[in-house]
Amino acid sequence: MEVVKDNCAYLSNYEVLQLLKEVNTLDSKQNRQVNLRTVAYEASKYLEGTPCIHQSKEQIQKLMQALVPYNLTKIEKLQILNSCPTTPVEIQLIVEDAEERLTEEQVNGILKIIADSIPIPRPTGESESDGGASN
Amino acid sequence: MFVLAEMKHAVRIPPWNFNLKLTEAVVKELNKKLANTVMLNVGLCIMVFDIMKMEESYIIPGDGASHTKVHFRCVVFRPTIEEILVGKIKSSSREGVHVTLGFFDDIVIPPESLQHPSRFDEGEQLWVWEYETEDGKHDLFMDSGEEIRFRVTAETFTDTSPMMSPGGIPLKNDAASSSGATSDNETSKSMIPYLLTMEKAHNAVVFLMTGIHMDTGND
Repeated sequence: MEVVKDNCAYLSNYEVLQLLKEVNTLDSKQNRQVNLRTVAYEASKYLEGTPCIHQSKEQIQKLMQALVPYNLTKIEKLQILNSCPTTPVEIQLIVEDAEERLTEEQVNGILKIIADSIPIPRPTGESESDGGASN
Repeated sequence: MFVLAEMKHAVRIPPWNFNLKLTEAVVKELNKKLANTVMLNVGLCIMVFDIMKMEESYIIPGDGASHTKVHFRCVVFRPTIEEILVGKIKSSSREGVHVTLGFFDDIVIPPESLQHPSRFDEGEQLWVWEYETEDGKHDLFMDSGEEIRFRVTAETFTDTSPMMSPGGIPLKNDAASSSGATSDNETSKSMIPYLLTMEKAHNAVVFLMTGIHMDTGND
């Protein structure tokens, strides 16, 4: 095994989940590879807990185009896509030197773009029970 | 996050897979070899992404299998340094908090990277963040199974392949050669091939509240 290039492209969580779904649809007789099945199952379970299950190809394109004017790096945009921040503090964590590079309005603009292009249905029941537990 | 890594490998296809199409057989062999394994300085390999180029297949005398040199790309889990991830707390010990992503477990938050001030509760065997507010100190317990947001600060790759002498012959342990193999296995198991070191995303108080069960009342 020889590694030519250890990082030739980045994949979004959405793309990985689509690939893993294909593996998971193969039935166990066709797919006797235990390692592949294990990692595909566990990784897709992890990814299903992230916002990427609500995404589609068109939404991602829309989001990426809308983020162009903010001069974010590729990795920052990818992290925004993968984690779909909903609060300003999340943006400040992802974007390096956010205080200098982005104004408060710009941060709110990014949040609005994310909310507009990738609407995430909020499970109301879950957040209520969370609130109850912490009191 | 996930990345693609470009690799090449001479794939050996055993005769009982000759009924498959060559590409199918190659992908199958590569997945068998790569899936769910950590490659040194590459990351955790998930699966083959695509095949870029296949060279001519050849047969070696004395072996019924065919060998094909394949250039391919592989989906690899390799978080970038400074990346923010969300995981679940697997366990806590004096050495820090161990976090799991479900498919990847070797994540540790050392005590010095936890919020300040934090202490280790011996009774509960949990880390506690002593969060200060105007009306006193609150103990925030980091319970196992809770979600936690953290930042990747370092990655450590350890070569866990069997020890090789310069001639390529596996080095034997002092013990008898038959038990040598098993003890080799054990040592390589206890070594962690790919370790991510984290700190809690400390300026994100808002998130931590979701990750930590709050203990405000009785004491």
